[in-house]
Amino acid sequence: MAALLEVKGLKAFYAKTQVLYDIGFDLAEGGITTLLGANGAGKTTTLRALCNMVRTEGSVRFDGKEIAGQPTEEIVRQRIAHVPEGRGTFTTLTVEENLRIAAYTRKDKQAVKVELDRVFAYFPRLKERLQQQAGTLSGGEQQMLAIARALMLKPRLMLLDEPSFGLAPLIVVEIFKILKRINQEEKVSILLVEQNAALALNLADYAYVLETGRVVMADRADVVKNDENIRKSYLGY
Amino acid sequence: MEQLLEQLASGLANGAIYACVALALVMIYVSTDHLNFAQGEMAMFSTYISWQLMNWGLNFWVAFVLAVLASFVLGVLIERIILRPLHGAPVLSVVVVFIGLLAICNSMAGAIWSYLIKEYPSPFPKSTFGFAGVIGPHQLGVVLVTLVVLGLLFLFFRYTPLGLAMRAAAQNPQMARLVGVRVDWMLALGWGLAAAVGAVAGIMVAHIVYLDPNMMGGILLYAFASALIGGIGNPGGAVVGGFIVGVLENMVAYAGNQIEKATGVYIIGNGEKLTVALIIVIFVLTVKPAGLFGRVVVKRV
Amino acid sequence: MPAFPKKWLWVVLVVAFAWPLLEPVFPDVVSNYRLFLVSTMIIAAIAVLGLNLLTGFNGQISLGHGAFYAVGAYTAAILMDKLNVPYYATLPAAAAVCFVVGYLFGQPALKLEGHYLALATFALALSVPQILKYKWLEDLTGGVQGIVLSKPEVPFDLPFNEDQWLYYYCLVTMIVLFWAANNMLNSRSGRAMMAIRDHYMAADTMGINTARYKTVTFGISAAYTGIAGALSASAIAFVAPDSFNFFLSIKFLIGLVVGGVGSLVGSVVGGIFYVLVDNSAQAISTYIKNDLGLQFDLSAYTIFGILLILLMYLMPQGIVGGVYMLFRRLRRG
Repeated sequence: MAALLEVKGLKAFYAKTQVLYDIGFDLAEGGITTLLGANGAGKTTTLRALCNMVRTEGSVRFDGKEIAGQPTEEIVRQRIAHVPEGRGTFTTLTVEENLRIAAYTRKDKQAVKVELDRVFAYFPRLKERLQQQAGTLSGGEQQMLAIARALMLKPRLMLLDEPSFGLAPLIVVEIFKILKRINQEEKVSILLVEQNAALALNLADYAYVLETGRVVMADRADVVKNDENIRKSYLGY
Repeated sequence: MEQLLEQLASGLANGAIYACVALALVMIYVSTDHLNFAQGEMAMFSTYISWQLMNWGLNFWVAFVLAVLASFVLGVLIERIILRPLHGAPVLSVVVVFIGLLAICNSMAGAIWSYLIKEYPSPFPKSTFGFAGVIGPHQLGVVLVTLVVLGLLFLFFRYTPLGLAMRAAAQNPQMARLVGVRVDWMLALGWGLAAAVGAVAGIMVAHIVYLDPNMMGGILLYAFASALIGGIGNPGGAVVGGFIVGVLENMVAYAGNQIEKATGVYIIGNGEKLTVALIIVIFVLTVKPAGLFGRVVVKRV
Repeated sequence: MPAFPKKWLWVVLVVAFAWPLLEPVFPDVVSNYRLFLVSTMIIAAIAVLGLNLLTGFNGQISLGHGAFYAVGAYTAAILMDKLNVPYYATLPAAAAVCFVVGYLFGQPALKLEGHYLALATFALALSVPQILKYKWLEDLTGGVQGIVLSKPEVPFDLPFNEDQWLYYYCLVTMIVLFWAANNMLNSRSGRAMMAIRDHYMAADTMGINTARYKTVTFGISAAYTGIAGALSASAIAFVAPDSFNFFLSIKFLIGLVVGGVGSLVGSVVGGIFYVLVDNSAQAISTYIKNDLGLQFDLSAYTIFGILLILLMYLMPQGIVGGVYMLFRRLRRG
């Protein structure tokens, strides 16, 4: 069975500077894959490249179709949700408006209502703060809102960029538990970029390690977790 | 006392016009970070279109609606064709293009319809519509039409999905793309709406200032002053700013008149309006750039 | 942009000085009208240079240089009309007055950037005619009627007519001004000016007194354009408020971007260009009205407007920049 996401020979550039040299990986449907590596390895850039937010070359196939080079909003409309670094909440809009805007591309209004209820089931705190301005939420709540918003797109693939960043450990654990549930209950495949390798390896089934724009290691998450050498050289623990 | 009330009413009517143009300016600023120096001339051109339609026999309100629609389309086209390629260009280039647009609109209006000042009709019935000689029928009509238009816009942006998408695209275009919003089209729509609102302002004011290619120059300056007072990124502020400036303008002229009557000394009157606007603009820009309701944007080094 | 090759410069200068003397040989080409036209081109070049100093070399956008031109013109007019100051003395006076006005305007401008500075100068340009017509200044400015002046007298019984003398007066002024500008731009001050344009924050942190450079540049820029205004007062022998409206600033802007932002030679090219178009548009418009019978009052500003837009896409560096690029490509290939 072909993978849901197949990336081959992906290069990426910020203006004239090349940042990714030859990224290749696969993500199986229903799986959780994590991209690990030190700062500056190119993890965030990879996620951005998948959504064509930076100049790219190479091949990205989603569900068998080539999506590299398409405008970002069209890629998203194929049901790939990207939760960017820094959450990307619309700070001056309310929580409700943030969720509604994510449903903008959905045609069936009834399904959207059902969706909202499911989302509140995962994140009851959001329901309490529905009319609050999103910029006034705490970091953890904003991350939840960002993930909730991604869910409203009814994605098949969710890209998460450093969801643990700047959050208290308890909240992070809570969020990762929810991510696991989302993967299993909503059948959403997840591509996770994380600095916190331990957390990521606990959640994921497959891991790729990046270093200066290249994949240097690819294996099952439990293998990587247990390999002390890899952990010391690339993951810092 | 009666004269004071008249000036107040006239100030409100003028203020309504400034509010519309200021709102158009803010709409474009919020979505593109650009100041549309050509807004006034575009509105003037739309007004000429409506005049031409009436000249061809159409009823005022039909011409009004058609001209506003045509302006919407023109605004969208201008954004897509002229401004799109300039995305990311240096500020000077963008400013130059706006001035170019200004020059084209102004000179084309003069070329097609000549520079002769024309009368422009008022659709508001004379006797039945005013308030005991204090506020004239046209002035009252202007305020009402403006409030209706502003109200519709508010409802549109607040409660419709498209309005929400446009707000999101203006606030954070990158993130809006990530929820599937076609940001480029949102920008074009924003321009179209701004052009349409400008057209409404132009058509409403033409009866007061008479139709001529240079009629909007001073009004644009006052609209900028209004937008700055309200906070350049704040649509509601722009509207409030417009009314403040309108009333202020007339109060200053009134005060000048009274002083001249009392002491025979002319200090200020109708001939200094642009100078007053200049002072307001410079003052707000240097002393309180965020205006009354805006927020100062801090640049990250 | 490289300096204008020295050889060419001398050739141009010789031609510039010599050609009016060819009048007996080519009376049609070297007519008085032509001389006057070229004089206005020279004045335009100086005005555009003023704008270029501020916007092209120092990065501060101005849509309001028409205001400084007006101040220069009126200073000269008032001095000549009310105080019988000789025409040549009006130039330094206009320069001084405009420097002060520009410097003062440069103070609040320190806080403004990009669009906001454009807006402030836009407001300035729009208000100039009204300020000139202000009742309390009427005694000085002559109000709406303006001030009538006389053209510069040919001194020492030199064998020139008025138009020839005017031409040389303008030419010499231009040469002096451009020479001074060139020296300034090639000095440390000039590099500081351009550093402020290119990397403001870096310049600031490197210890360049950006505030002083910006305000002084504003003053110098205003002085240059003001001198052009003073020259025009003598050349046209008349000043009136409505000739200093916003469209004047548009002409300067056209000269700036057509000729070349940040180029001395470009300022000359730009000045020549907008005078040419301004003059031809009238002719084209008359042709359209009379010969084609269309009621279409073509104005130079339609052409200017279209050009302003096209240039930003095709040749943002202006003619001078475009020619330079062409040269480089030819030299390589």
